[in-house]
Order: sequence, then structure tokens, then C-alpha cells
Amino acid sequence: MAATLVAARIQRNWLQRLSVIDIFLWAFRVAVLAAVVVGTFRTLYSGRYAGEVWIDFVVFGVSQGSVYALIALGYTMVYGILRMINFAHGDIFMCGAYTAYYAASALYRAGVFNRQPLLSLAIILAVAITASTSVALLVERVAYRPLRRAPRLVPLISAIGASFFIEYAVRGLYGSGFQAYPEFEVFKGKWNFFGIGILRTQAVVIAATVILMGLLYLFVMRTKTGTAMRAVSEDREVAALMGINVDRVIVITFAVGAAAAGAAGVLYALVFKQVHFFMGFYPGIKAFTAAVLGGIGNIPGAMLGGLFLGLFESVGPILVLDGLGIVAPYQLKDVIAFTMLVMVLIFRPSGILGERLAGKKA
Amino acid sequence: MTLLDVENLHVYYGQIHALKGITLHVDQGEIVTLIGANGAGKSTTLKTISGLLRPREGRITLSGLDLAALPAHEVVAKGVVQVPEGRRIFGQLTVHENLSMGAYTRTERDGIDGDLERIFTLFPRLKERRAQVAGTLSGGEQQMLAIGRALMSQPKVLLLDEPSMGLAPVLVEQIFETITGINQLGTTVLLVEQNAFMALQIARRGYVLQTGEIALSGSAKELQANAEVRKAYLGG
Repeated sequence: MAATLVAARIQRNWLQRLSVIDIFLWAFRVAVLAAVVVGTFRTLYSGRYAGEVWIDFVVFGVSQGSVYALIALGYTMVYGILRMINFAHGDIFMCGAYTAYYAASALYRAGVFNRQPLLSLAIILAVAITASTSVALLVERVAYRPLRRAPRLVPLISAIGASFFIEYAVRGLYGSGFQAYPEFEVFKGKWNFFGIGILRTQAVVIAATVILMGLLYLFVMRTKTGTAMRAVSEDREVAALMGINVDRVIVITFAVGAAAAGAAGVLYALVFKQVHFFMGFYPGIKAFTAAVLGGIGNIPGAMLGGLFLGLFESVGPILVLDGLGIVAPYQLKDVIAFTMLVMVLIFRPSGILGERLAGKKA
Repeated sequence: MTLLDVENLHVYYGQIHALKGITLHVDQGEIVTLIGANGAGKSTTLKTISGLLRPREGRITLSGLDLAALPAHEVVAKGVVQVPEGRRIFGQLTVHENLSMGAYTRTERDGIDGDLERIFTLFPRLKERRAQVAGTLSGGEQQMLAIGRALMSQPKVLLLDEPSMGLAPVLVEQIFETITGINQLGTTVLLVEQNAFMALQIARRGYVLQTGEIALSGSAKELQANAEVRKAYLGG
């Protein structure tokens, strides 16, 4: 009986099954695809940009994407374990960059900054990582842990509160102006790789990200603590039954995510050369987009998602929007990023690599 | 000698009084089974012993050591480990990683490696599949992995929650043989089962749980012969 009903439903004309929403979504897909194809074609056909410009945009996209990816790791790891979006994560990134600014200017005044650039960079990174991790652990202890058994919306609201708290605490302490980061003399100008000139700061950002990602991946995949993290994210109760101290693993997860965000803060400041109490907001939202894009809860997904987002954001405006005759397309890069977020949420909520997560929920 | 001692255990889920004064004990080297209908409180009893639920009243001791106040992860370190209902292996971890998580509380490398070899001898299938992601194993293999994982903690008492659930009859027999084997090697077993017939065959003693209370207890032989037990759980 049931089988015949199902068969009848399948046999019904596809036109009858098409709802208004389906039509709208298909129109949306077609419109976006058409805009991308037409824009790309017209830009390339016009030949307005030379090869070098494209390389610059791609390199900038990759370095920007690296920063997004590092921040996205924190979102995705915490989500993997607690099924919660830590909306204060962008501000944890800001705390790292901001504290590193004080370390950097102190080193600059002491004259160490340019005499020992590598040592200085290491010190700044260490300061940033320490600051971000401390703030994250404090937030976890005060704003999230007491709510562990509360409905899922409650810690989310608490996270938004924590985000505002950190932003305005920093503003109250250090003021609302931009602080200029000192520049490394050695990182000014370009390096030549096989005839391709790459801005030195961007090369440093990309290299540092690759190293950090590698270390993090080894930590999660090869160490006992990393394996315990994956076990807890799969089944918290059984992990406890195996003798894993779940609270401790959660703290470590926050700490590792925050350390990555702190390092990202320094790299971000290397490129943009200034810090500000609100600087965590956009990178935070973008990194969240990257995490969703890659499949939230999935670590390689966050890396991939960050890279994709950085590239689309950097290349997209001139490749697509310029060809559509939009003036000053680069100002619309955020539109591209958030259009991607919306499209991922509508068409593929599990993200690029999110198959496993979707399967787990089912 | 009494190894695990549970006295007058009262557990609540919110307002619901789930366990109403459970008293039972498990002696060193025994297999004891806890049988009863769905919702009688069998799993609740095991979860409370494991520290996942807090009793409102009552005592749980392991050779005199108080367990009731400890969080779940510390209970494991004291020597009581549970194979949870429905296996619940870590599906995205490899077989080897699952087993290493079982040994999470231990630090001696050599001892862990030795136990790993012992588990691979007990379950050769797991050795073949050690690098495979555990979610791809069959139901029977997953049950073996769940038992192997628990054994990796070197338990004094092994708590098994419905190990036969959802397995084909052939596999059920195999799992029960394995449990007997593990017991003969010196691990004490507290077995919760709906399959009372099989459970009473391998157990020395048993308790019958009814709506949160111990309705009946005795040696496995006595329970098998008991008219009420036969009627309610053994199909006549």
C-alpha cells in the first residue's frame, strides 16, 4: 500500500511538484550563474587587466584567505565539540592583534624590532597567542561553561554578549582610534619567486599559515589529546565513559582555536598595519562564513573554506563585477562574501566537505 | 569477596523516580546479570555506577572505595568501565584509535601495547581492520570493538549494556562466548540484558529489575527455574 503511494508520488509530473520556492531558487541559481559567466567573459574579453594584476589579486586572496582559515579553525573546532558558534571568536582574534601591537611598539622603541626581525616576530606571536588564549579561556569559563546544559540558543546569546563585552572593554581601555603597527623593514617590497613578484608580507603570511595549519593538523590527527578531541566531538558521553575528562578537552579546544586566532591577528596586522577595537568583527564574520563554506565542524573544511573565500573575495570583484559595468567593484567584496554564505546555506548547508557531519546528524 | 557494592540507590530524572532503592553486589570473578523489561531501570543503574548520573541517595563502592561522588572519567581510572548500549563506537576514528581511546587513562606504553595484542588475539577481525574507520565495520565487528575498547582500560569490573542488541543470532552466541572468555581471564562482569535466556546461561547470579526495584534475585539456576521469570522473560 505504502509502496504504491510512493510510486504514484514519483510518477506525478515534475511540474506539479514544483513549488513557488523551487522556481525562485532555480531563478536565483540561474541569475547568479549568468552574472558570473557574463561578467567573467566581458572582463577577460576587454583585456583591461594584465597578467601581473591577476597574480597580485590571487596572492592577496590567498594571504587574506589564510587569515580567514586560521580564524575559521576556532569556529569549526568549537562547533565540532559543543555544537555552538562562538561569536566572540572574532574579538579573541582582535585581542591577540591588539596586545601584539603593544609588544611590537615596545620592541620598536627599544630598537630591537628591525635589528632582530625574526626574534621580534616570534615574541609578538607568542604575546598574541598568550593574550588570545587567556581571553578565550576566560570567556569559556565565565560565559559558556555555566550554560553547558542549557538549550543551544542560550550559549549563543551569551557569546554575542561576550563579543560586545570584549569589544567595548578594549575600547574603554585603549580608546576608539586606530593604532598604527610598526612595519618590518625586511618585509617591505617584493620577493621574486620564479619571476613572479610577491609582496613580502603576503609571502610571510602564507608561509606562517601553512606551518601553523600543518602543526595543527598533526596535533589533531596524531596526538592522544587530538584523538580525544575528535572522540569528544563525536560522542561526549561515551568519551567520558572511556575516561576522557570532557571539560578539559573542551578547554584545550578553545585554547588551540584561540592560539590560531591570535597568530592570525599578528598576520592580519602585518598586512593591514593597524589595529582597532572593532577589527575582529568583519574577519570574524568572514571566517565564520569560511567555516560554513567548508562544512562547519570539519577542520580541513575550514582551511579550504578560508582559502576559497579569500580568493573569491579578492578576484571576484574585478573578474565578475567589473565586467558587469559596476563602478568601483572592489568596494563590493563583502557583498560577494556574504552572497556566498547565503548561497551555501540555501543550496548546500553541509558545506564543501560537510558530508560527514550531515551523515552524523541523520 | 565483594568487589562492586551498590546499596539503596535512588536516582531521579527530574521528577521521575527511576531507581527506587536498588541494592546489589558483584563478587570478584563473577558474571552477574541484571534482567528486566524495557524501562525497568537497567541502563539507569549502569549509568549511575559509571558516574553519568548522580544518585540522590545510596552508596556505590568498589572494594570499599566510594565511586558515587566521582565524575565519569575518574570512575574509569578506578577500574569500572562500561560498554554502552548500542555499541556507540567512535565511527569516524579508526579501529586502532578507538582502542587507544579505551586506554586513555593509562600511560604505560608497554602495557598498552601488550593489551592491544591481546585484544587482537581475542578479535582477529579487529586486527585486520585496525587502520579502517570504525563506522564502516559491521554490527558484530562494532560490538567486538566496543568490548575491546572497554577492555583496553584494564577494568576490574566490566559493565555491559545490552551487548546482544540488534545482532544476528549467530553473532549473539559468539558475543556471549566472548564474554565468558573474558570472565575466565579474570574480569568481573555485570551484564544488563533483555535476552534473559542467554544471560542466565552464562551468569552465576542474577537480579530481576521491575519498575526501578529489585523484584527477585538468586543464582542463575534458581531464576531459570522460577515460574514468574520463565513466564515474563523466558517465553513460558
